[in-house]
Amino acid sequence: MSAVNERKTADAIIVGGGVHGASAAYCLAKSGVDVVLFEREYLSSGGSGRSAAGLRQHFGTEVNCRLAKYNLECFPTLEDELGGEHKLEFTQWGYLWIAYTDESKAQLEKNVALQQGLDIPSENLTPQEIKRRWPYIDVNRMIGGAFCARDGHINPHALTMAYGRAAQKLGARVRTYAPVERLLASGDRIKGVVAAGEEWSAPRVLLTAGPWSTPLAATVGVDLPVTPERHNLLVTEPIEPFECPMTLCLDDGAYFKQVPNGSFFFGRDDQDEPKVFESGNSAKFLEGVTKSVLQRIPSLKGVRVVHQWSGPYDVTPDHQAIIDWAPVEGLWINCGWSGHGLQFGPSGGRLAKEMFFGERTFADIRNFRLSRFAEGDLVIEPAFI
Amino acid sequence: MEFDDVVVCRCEEVTMKEILSWVDRGYRNLDELKRVLRVGMGQCQGRGCRDIIMRELARATGEPMDKINPGTIRPPVKPVKLGLCAWGREDASG
Repeated sequence: MSAVNERKTADAIIVGGGVHGASAAYCLAKSGVDVVLFEREYLSSGGSGRSAAGLRQHFGTEVNCRLAKYNLECFPTLEDELGGEHKLEFTQWGYLWIAYTDESKAQLEKNVALQQGLDIPSENLTPQEIKRRWPYIDVNRMIGGAFCARDGHINPHALTMAYGRAAQKLGARVRTYAPVERLLASGDRIKGVVAAGEEWSAPRVLLTAGPWSTPLAATVGVDLPVTPERHNLLVTEPIEPFECPMTLCLDDGAYFKQVPNGSFFFGRDDQDEPKVFESGNSAKFLEGVTKSVLQRIPSLKGVRVVHQWSGPYDVTPDHQAIIDWAPVEGLWINCGWSGHGLQFGPSGGRLAKEMFFGERTFADIRNFRLSRFAEGDLVIEPAFI
Repeated sequence: MEFDDVVVCRCEEVTMKEILSWVDRGYRNLDELKRVLRVGMGQCQGRGCRDIIMRELARATGEPMDKINPGTIRPPVKPVKLGLCAWGREDASG
């Protein structure tokens, strides 16, 4: 609830307190912009906090590789940069992609060639080499893999909250439990939002509300091809950490990794999951994901799952983000990350600031423009899980 | 033992002092505290600490206990071995 005499204006309003909103608030406040961020619940309560929180440079399109490289340059010193109040639990235990079919092996090799050309230290591995480095991984029927040792993990709640806290210390106003009900435009210009029943005005509004961006953009007539898709994860009791890398498989969309406290995360794509915002639970997820993953790491069979959870991806037709100015002047958008968005928080904040000031963006983000859908000019991200 | 030193969440070894320091910083329900402290995230999934933390939140906010959000309770509720989830028995070949 805001004070009666509070000034309900800002240079920029940010809609959504996930990692991209919080990072943008931080980067803008650091550049002296008077910014207010509205979040429906608490920071990280949407897709950000529900993600598997992997940090990787293994992508199959140049823009994602370049931005991912920048993210990984930021993470090692980010905890200190953001004030140290939140422990980010950043680790670099690597990302291991495994292939069981010629098609996915060829895709991994193509991705690795692209990454190596951009100075990302990825490598192709044979099943024998995988067995040698990680003897607990069962390589039966595996035909190849790709690995990047610099990739890793971060605590997604701590990351988002740390950005929010650092933004606040720089003067940003961060309003939690303050849902934005709609955006406000006058003619074809944005003029503010209605949040928690009150009108706020600003000449610029940044929409970083994940899958909720779609209904919000529609309130000013902007059509976003971003849809929610529910994805599940499970977490086990902690066991002695042995730095098991994030291990993923494009063939069945299953993945597993150990996190710093010793717990394991398991996740798996399921095309039958409902396309909804709500984070309910699917009983059949547990059976499907454990069947897949235990074939690859059978020694975990006696470890106990303590709970499962889910969250919504914000999926676009090409599995690429949308970062662009909308047809409504003053409204800019950063959403549609299709499941790999958390780790792009550092890039998202930097791009938001560069776009706000009309600067040249540090990477070419042409592939993220909104008009690509109407133009039919899509460059699909193949490293999508 | 001082009140502050009591280990409230035994699975994750979180003391009363740590919990109260985050409540003082404005964290006002169990889901938020879970996300910064991991309270209630261990093997017992909050069976040991949930009521104690809710009582402290009620005290801090002046709300009655039944108005305090108990946080999301997630399946499978009791820890289950991964092998049992996969095969309905402890071993694939068993």
